[in-house]
Amino acid sequence: MIRFLLNEQDVTLESCAPDLSVLDYLRTIAVQRGTKEGCASGDCGACTVVVAEPSGDGLSYTSVNSCITFVGTLHGKQLLTVEHLEADGRLHPVQQAMVDFHGSQCGFCTPGFIMSMFALYKRDRQPTRAEVERSLSGNLCRCTGYRPIIDAALSLAGASVEDQHALREEAVSTRLKKIRADHPSGSLECGGRRFFLPATCDELAALLQAYPQAQLLAGGTDLALSVTQQLKQPAVLIYTGGIAELSIIEERNNCLLVGAAVSYTRLESALKQHLPAFGHLLDRLGSLQVRNQGTLAGNLANASPIGDTPPVLLALDAKLHIRSGNHCEVIGIDDFFTGYRQTALPANGFIEQIQIPVPDDNLFKVYKVSKRFDDDISAVCAAFNITLSEGVVTAARLGFGGMAATPARALNAEQALIGRPFDEQGILAAQDALERDFSPIDDVRASAGYRLEVARNLLLRAVLEQDQLSDEPLEVAHYA
Amino acid sequence: MRNLAPVTDAICKTTDSAGAPRAHESAAKHVSGKAFYVDDIIEPRGTLYAAVGYADIARGHIRTLDLSGVRSSEGVVGVLELDDIPGITDVGPVFPGDPLLSADEIRYAGQPVFAVAAQTELQARQAVKRAVIDCESRAPLLDVEKALNEKQFVRPSHSMRRGDARKAITEAPLRLEAQQHVGGQEHFYLEGQVSLAVPAEDGGMLIYSSTQHPSEVQKLVAEVLGIPVNRVTVDMRRMGGGFGGKETQAAPWACLAALLARKTGRAVKLRLPRCDDMPMTGKRHPFFNRYEIGFDLQGRLLGAEITVTGNCGHSPDLSDAIVDRAMFHSDNAYFIPDVAIDGHRCMTNTVSHTAFRGFGGPQGMMIIERAMDDIARAVGRDPLDIRKLNLYGTKGRDLTPYHQQVEHNLLPELIDQLERSSRYRERRAEITAWNAKNRVLKRGLALTPVKFGISFTLQHLNQAGALIHIYTDGSIQLNHGGTEMGQGLHTKVLQIVAETLAVSPDQIEITATRTDKVPNTSPTAASSGTDLNGQAARNAALTLKQRISECVAEQKQVAVEAIRFTSGQVFWSDNESMSFAEAAQLAYLNRVSLSATGYYRTPKIWYDRESAKGRPFFYFANGAAVSEVVIDTLTGEYRVLAVDILHDVGRSLNPAVDRGQIEGGFIQGMGWLTTEELKWNAEGVLISNSPANYKIPAVSDTPAHFRVDLFKRDNEEETVYNSKAVGEPPFMLAISVWSALRDAIASLADYRVSPALDTPATPERVLGAVTETRKQAAEKGAI
Repeated sequence: MIRFLLNEQDVTLESCAPDLSVLDYLRTIAVQRGTKEGCASGDCGACTVVVAEPSGDGLSYTSVNSCITFVGTLHGKQLLTVEHLEADGRLHPVQQAMVDFHGSQCGFCTPGFIMSMFALYKRDRQPTRAEVERSLSGNLCRCTGYRPIIDAALSLAGASVEDQHALREEAVSTRLKKIRADHPSGSLECGGRRFFLPATCDELAALLQAYPQAQLLAGGTDLALSVTQQLKQPAVLIYTGGIAELSIIEERNNCLLVGAAVSYTRLESALKQHLPAFGHLLDRLGSLQVRNQGTLAGNLANASPIGDTPPVLLALDAKLHIRSGNHCEVIGIDDFFTGYRQTALPANGFIEQIQIPVPDDNLFKVYKVSKRFDDDISAVCAAFNITLSEGVVTAARLGFGGMAATPARALNAEQALIGRPFDEQGILAAQDALERDFSPIDDVRASAGYRLEVARNLLLRAVLEQDQLSDEPLEVAHYA
Repeated sequence: MRNLAPVTDAICKTTDSAGAPRAHESAAKHVSGKAFYVDDIIEPRGTLYAAVGYADIARGHIRTLDLSGVRSSEGVVGVLELDDIPGITDVGPVFPGDPLLSADEIRYAGQPVFAVAAQTELQARQAVKRAVIDCESRAPLLDVEKALNEKQFVRPSHSMRRGDARKAITEAPLRLEAQQHVGGQEHFYLEGQVSLAVPAEDGGMLIYSSTQHPSEVQKLVAEVLGIPVNRVTVDMRRMGGGFGGKETQAAPWACLAALLARKTGRAVKLRLPRCDDMPMTGKRHPFFNRYEIGFDLQGRLLGAEITVTGNCGHSPDLSDAIVDRAMFHSDNAYFIPDVAIDGHRCMTNTVSHTAFRGFGGPQGMMIIERAMDDIARAVGRDPLDIRKLNLYGTKGRDLTPYHQQVEHNLLPELIDQLERSSRYRERRAEITAWNAKNRVLKRGLALTPVKFGISFTLQHLNQAGALIHIYTDGSIQLNHGGTEMGQGLHTKVLQIVAETLAVSPDQIEITATRTDKVPNTSPTAASSGTDLNGQAARNAALTLKQRISECVAEQKQVAVEAIRFTSGQVFWSDNESMSFAEAAQLAYLNRVSLSATGYYRTPKIWYDRESAKGRPFFYFANGAAVSEVVIDTLTGEYRVLAVDILHDVGRSLNPAVDRGQIEGGFIQGMGWLTTEELKWNAEGVLISNSPANYKIPAVSDTPAHFRVDLFKRDNEEETVYNSKAVGEPPFMLAISVWSALRDAIASLADYRVSPALDTPATPERVLGAVTETRKQAAEKGAI
């Protein structure tokens, strides 16, 4: 059984497909059609809804793409859609602002924008333009050119109006907590296909033993695409998001320990504090909706060659804490990726934590190159972790994405850096060595030649940035 | 009726009428999820859901088609093949070439072969996957240059000539030639193609379709069903974006839904999921353009030979008119004394490319704007000076290559105004200094103009109708032949009618566009929606106003000329009036019809294609934009930093709507020229097939400085309230972004090299141009 609140209405689901999306639930079962399907792949944001969860005495509100969110993940949460913002026949302040600023034209993307803006309104009453852009990075509009939408969002700065949700927050929070207290675990079953929401790692381990064919579901932002795009029908899904043990973020012995169910959004502030270059990568990883759900563990376990965080974790020499059954082990990131979308994760195993070393005063750089700044997949992603002693490289780990069938280190280039000064002359051999490390492919995102040239140039960028004498801007993203 | 509705609201506001920045008529519904799109309509009981099966080869023949697995798939109720179609089977909008379903020849990857209706959408899509289509595949023709060399055309070529271009080029002091590839564009309307077909009596059909052209959907549905047109009704309340992509290409899905509905006797909804919509529907035509030009030492054009070649895909669709419009705009805003323009329509094995905002105009403009920059580099002057030097001017410099005189030419003044307001010259100096100091990042600046011809170039499409009912409570229902796709057409037409009748727009309900209310309509396209339908609606309102005036005059024993409509009141003397509703009741009680149609056709226009001469356009809409960019010479990435636009909408009917069209058009154009890259693999399969790999502009691509001003000048032609069309023209303002990127790259060679930069100018292409420009500069010894 799965229980959640649709606005303030209790919903209990028992028999429904484990891969029923929140969008399809809304449009076909609840017959609430304000939420639109634009792409069914989490790329356009037209289907954005807000999920509220207890946080202290109140609620925290996050925007998610309902097309790639499975309905079972709503257990113990409140689902809010564009239909739930009006009160007493009056538009919500974010809705009124969109009307006043002419922020809708065809209107099809509008409900999604409204929900992203509503989540922002709940989170930040003094948003900067940058924060507005981050909040709306996963919402595509083909009509307006965004200017009126940005202005509408900015106009809400300083708004003091509390909406009806604020007034009801404590009561809703209490109801949600009661659902979780009464039913810490959840499940769905339909035609022999199952969805499980375990509450503990022990339960999870046992479920994986019982259902060896099960697929682990963390954020689901990648897994859901196999359902919506390839029409695959997973037999068993086990959702990690209900397990408190997997949601830790700790700092210990110069390492960050990150639980497998921690979303990028939750991770962001810790990363920005300890590993700012990594933290800033998150600003461009997917969209806010994707970051609100996606996890480091998911990015590692799906082993996509174009995941953005594996190159960084490779450069930082992260370690993965793996559990299968009652057996725990630690696998170094170097040994984790074994082939195209293949990993060393044992059968019935799951990632519990990711241990990320925080280097002391190494040169640590992370670069992402893609066609579009917001919500795009990298043509090349690079992370450099370089130890220097009096200007000479003594150790180097260079992680790359988009260059090979797996996220990979540039081992030859690393060797070519060591013992040489980290300057324009000193990196020449390493730049050439990249061509021995990688034979990238031509694909829809970039050609092989471009990828190699960019990889070379990113090493040069790291050198130029390290040169503290220069204050010239070196990245267009940083250009004001 | 026996009792009439009570009359309230004696005095109304009319401040939101024509000229006011009134909110979109559906804005409150958009933001609260209450605006219904076709997919949101509550389906009739028993509705089935359809999916379309297609071949995944780009060229060849079907050897065997085995649908047994489809028929036996869970939930399947009906399967449709070519032989099941009772009427015509080719839905080509102008010329044949678009089989609704194919049983034999395959001409592009994504070509529909069969359709299935099932209990749920998922069941329909899963059933489709169980088809076994065995094909004999041939190497597809994908290269437009190869198609051009082999003269593989979907339609005959067309030429425009004035003077002796060859002689002028040969005798010119300076000459240049160049070629360019201009990429196509996926519409990416947020709402995909969708139709709901509901069976009606007598074999008829009610169709809800997300279409820009309800009348054509009506005609084609009737034809595939083999029934008269009068048995089909098409209803279209609003689209979630169209941009041209639903002008012809909404029809096949409506036809398939109707055929499945006929076959199963149940309502059928066919909604293309995005992963089908992208490979199965046509895009903006990619173009391959060439010029050869002669000019003097100052950079003034003396002669030009221009060739524009559209990559049309497998069939004509609208390509005749689209390549014509590319030709009509390959001069953009510039006078070419002796000129020869040729346009070709190449066949390739891709989906048939179609209308998209600008309709070939943008692709044509690209070649002359490339020439302007190239001339500037050749003679060592600022590109803006070259553009100004070559603008259309007064007598002797005012004739287009198609022999239409450029009247009311306001671009010289508009450009001067924008040059000052954008501080073009000061910024040019700042940028040159900045570039000298910065090694990795380089900034670029460009001002480019737009002169865009308004009217359908197919003359008979320039007509429209409207239908207005006034009810006895004074409320008004308004209907016209145009469709609402977000452009604010309904809002403007509402304002026009409110202004005409001097009532509040809130009294007017605009209803879904329906073929049974206004028949034989033109597509809502060519920026013409307001010009045509606004005027037709105004004519209908004037008819009703006249009838009410005559009635009131008779009742009050005054002359008709004494009747005035003001602020929701009808006055028969200086201080005696009744409310509009009272006047409506008076008319009703005196048996005066309160329903009227209105009709409009555009005057003055004609074009003789034989001689390539005429006046295809009623008038021109103009504008100019200044864009500033910064590029990264290590990766080719870039940002658009600042945009200043001055645009000519005549006398604005709604400045907020117009600004929305200008901003939205600009950003869409920017996407076309920068990050939106269509790619087909060697087998002819579209691999940029999802928003994960086809990147339209996102929120942070909007420049932080984005200033839009309206050029204050009434249209000197008699358009509705002297306004001008605004849908398409601003799209081409984005050419300034592309030109600014070239400017930034040219800075690497001290502006002595004019870098080739095909579009879309992705970071990869920009980096390639950076490398090539440095190489050329080294060869010239520039740096």
